[in-house]
Amino acid sequence: MPVHPLDLIAADSLLDEEELAIRDTVRQFGVDRLQPHIAEWFEAGTLPARDLARELGGLGVLGMHLEGYGCSGTSAVAYGLACMELEAVDSGIRSLVSVQGSLAMFAIWRWGSEEQKQQWLPAMAAGEAIGCFGLTEPDFGSNPSGMRTRAKRDGSDWVLTGTKMWITNGAVADVAVVWAQTDDGIRGFVVPTDSPGFSAPVIKSKLSLRASITSELVLDNVRLPDSAVLPEVSGLKGPLSCLTEARFGIVFGVVGAARDCLETAIDYSVNREQFDRPIAGFQLTQKKLADMTVELDKAFLLALHLGRLKDAGVITSEMVSVGKLNNVREAIAIARESRTILGGNGITLEYPVLRHANNLESVLTYEGTEEIHTLVIGQAVTGLAAYR
Amino acid sequence: MRGLRRDRCPLPGPVTGLTVPLSDLEMIGSNRSGRLTGESVTDPSWDQQNTDGPAIARALRLVPGGAFAVVRIVVCVKQVPDSWAEKKLNPADNTLDRDAADAVVNELDEFAVEEALQIQERLGGPDDCQVTVLTVGPEKAIESVRKGLQMGAGDGVHVVDDAIHGSDALATSAILAAAIERLAPDLVLMGSESTDARMSVVPAMVAERTGRPQLTFAGKVDIADGTVTVQRVTDYGYDVVEAPLPALVSVVEKINEPRYPSFKGIMAAKKKPVETLTLADLGVEPAVVGLSGSWSAVQEFAARPPRAAGTVVTDEGDGGTKAADFLSAQKFI
Repeated sequence: MPVHPLDLIAADSLLDEEELAIRDTVRQFGVDRLQPHIAEWFEAGTLPARDLARELGGLGVLGMHLEGYGCSGTSAVAYGLACMELEAVDSGIRSLVSVQGSLAMFAIWRWGSEEQKQQWLPAMAAGEAIGCFGLTEPDFGSNPSGMRTRAKRDGSDWVLTGTKMWITNGAVADVAVVWAQTDDGIRGFVVPTDSPGFSAPVIKSKLSLRASITSELVLDNVRLPDSAVLPEVSGLKGPLSCLTEARFGIVFGVVGAARDCLETAIDYSVNREQFDRPIAGFQLTQKKLADMTVELDKAFLLALHLGRLKDAGVITSEMVSVGKLNNVREAIAIARESRTILGGNGITLEYPVLRHANNLESVLTYEGTEEIHTLVIGQAVTGLAAYR
Repeated sequence: MRGLRRDRCPLPGPVTGLTVPLSDLEMIGSNRSGRLTGESVTDPSWDQQNTDGPAIARALRLVPGGAFAVVRIVVCVKQVPDSWAEKKLNPADNTLDRDAADAVVNELDEFAVEEALQIQERLGGPDDCQVTVLTVGPEKAIESVRKGLQMGAGDGVHVVDDAIHGSDALATSAILAAAIERLAPDLVLMGSESTDARMSVVPAMVAERTGRPQLTFAGKVDIADGTVTVQRVTDYGYDVVEAPLPALVSVVEKINEPRYPSFKGIMAAKKKPVETLTLADLGVEPAVVGLSGSWSAVQEFAARPPRAAGTVVTDEGDGGTKAADFLSAQKFI
C-alpha cells in the first residue's frame, strides 16, 4: 500500500488535535469550494475575491493568528497549516489571505491606533472589508528605502502622492495600508480606497498568479486626516515587520503547492503506462519521486520548526529568510520536476503542476527575492552586509 | 398496524393509488410513529393518542410562570471509516478493522448536527436550546463528538466500554436508548444511515426502545409549541409528518448544508464538557451487547469477485431489440 510522502515521516504526529482540525477544515473547504473552480479562475485571470473573502472570514482564516478585534487568535502553526492548504489549491488564494491577514491587518493590528483597529479589523476579519498593502514601487522593489511616494503635511492633514506596484487585492480593496516618505522618515497610512485621488488600475496579462487580483496604486494628491497615520511606528521597520509575517505564511504555503504537485505526479505515474508498465516503476521516475519526497518532507519540517519558534516568540526575520529561501526554491523545483513526469499533460490546466510552477515564479521574487534572502543569510553568518 | 393515513402534499406529479412504502418504522412495528398530517386527517385514533398520556404534557414543556423551558436536543453521531476508503474486516472476529482506514464522522450525522444548530439558532441560541452530541464507540470515537462540538454543539456524551465491541444494530440501539433515557432530551436527531453499515434501522430501533414517535428521512424539520413537524422525503415527493415532543427524527442530506467548523469553534471545543459513560453507568447489561449479545453475526466474508467483461451487442439491424432483451433480462426494464 503506497504511503503519502508526508506520512513517510509521520508528519501529522507532530500536530495537535486543534492544529489537525483547523488543517482539515481548510483542506475540506479547498476541496469543496476552491478546487472545482480554480483552473477556470486561473484561465480567466480573475478571482471572486469578495465572495471568497466572506467565506474565508466565516471560517476565521483572515488575520487568524491575531488576537482580538474579531480575529480567531490561533497559533502561528495553525496559520501556517491554513496557508499550506490554501496554497495546495493555488498560490493566488493564499496570496489573498496573506495580504489581508499578514500585511494589511497585521500592520493595523501591530502599529495602528485603537480607533483604526476598531474601524477596520473586525470587518476585515469577517471578510466584509478587503485590505491591500502598498510598499513596492515601479522603481523600488528590493530597495524599498528609496521609495518616491511622499506624504506631505498640509495643516493637520496629510497629502499623499506616488505610485505603488504589484499590489495584491489592490483593485478590490476597501482599505490600503500605504507606506510613504515623510519629513520624519517612512510612515504608514491607512487609506480608504474611496478617497479622492486614489485609484487602483489592474495589472493584466500576467502569466503567473492569474487567480489573484494584482494592481497598481496611484495616489494623486490623496488628502487624509492626521488620524490616518499608523501612530506606533516610523522607518522601514514598520513594513518589514509585516513582510516577515507574510513570508512566514509563504514558508508553509509553498509546501502545499509542492505537495499538490507531487501527489499529482505520483498518481499520474502510477496510472500512466509506457512500454507496457506504469512509468512509476521506472528507476528514473522513482529517482525523481524519491528526491521530491525527501525535499517536501524537509520543507515541511523546516516550516513546522519555524512555526514552533514563532509560537514561542523567539523567531527572527533571518530564520524566516532561511525558510523562505529553501522552501520556495524546493517547491518550484518540485513543481517543475512533477511537470516532466506528466509530459505533455503537465502543461495543461487539467493538471495543477504547471499552474503551480507558474505561480511559484511570483512567489520566488515577491516578499523578498531569492537573492535578497540569500544575502540576508550571508550577512547573518558572516557579519558582513553585501547589499547595503 | 395502526391505520396510517397519508395525505401527501405537495406532489411533483399525479398520484395514483395509495401506496404506503414499507418504511423502517413499519418493519419493526412501532406503535408510536409520527403522525402524518395534511388536508384532512380523519383517523380519530390519532387525536386520541395526542391527547392522552404524558407525551403532550411533556411536549409543551410549560414551566411555572408560563414560559417555555429550554429545548434540549441530542444528536447521535457515529465514527465510521472514511467513506471513500476501502473498508476491511478484521479476520480475527469478523468485525470492522478500524485501523485500516481514516476515521471520520458519518457524513449524514453532520447534517443532523447542522440541523440541531439551526434549530438552536431559530429558537434563540444556546440559552433557549441546548445541543448535546452523543456517540457510542471506542476511545477514538470521541473525535466524532469533538467534531460536533467544533461545529457548535454545547456538550458531548461518549459511551465507551470494551464490552461494546462487535455490537450489531440492535445492541447498539439498546446502548443509545439507555443514554437517551438518561439525557431525556425533547428531540433526538440522527443521520438516516451510516456509510459503513447502511441499514437505516438504528433510528427506528432507538425510537421504539425509548417510546418516542419516529419521524424518519426528514428533509425539513420545524419545532413549535411542543410539536415537531418534518417533511419526510419519499420517492414521490414528501409527506408532512408531525408528532408531539419528545420525538426522534432522522435526516437526509438534502436537509441542509453542514457548516465548516470555524476556527473559534475549533478552539472553543477543547473547553466544552464531554461526559464519558460506561455500560454500568447506563445500567445496560454487558450480556445484551457486544459480539456475544448481538442477534446478528458475520459468519464469513470474501472479497468481491473481479469484474467480468461486459456484454458486447453487435448491431446487425436488431441492436435495439438485443439491448432491450438484455436490459429486460437484468430486470432494468
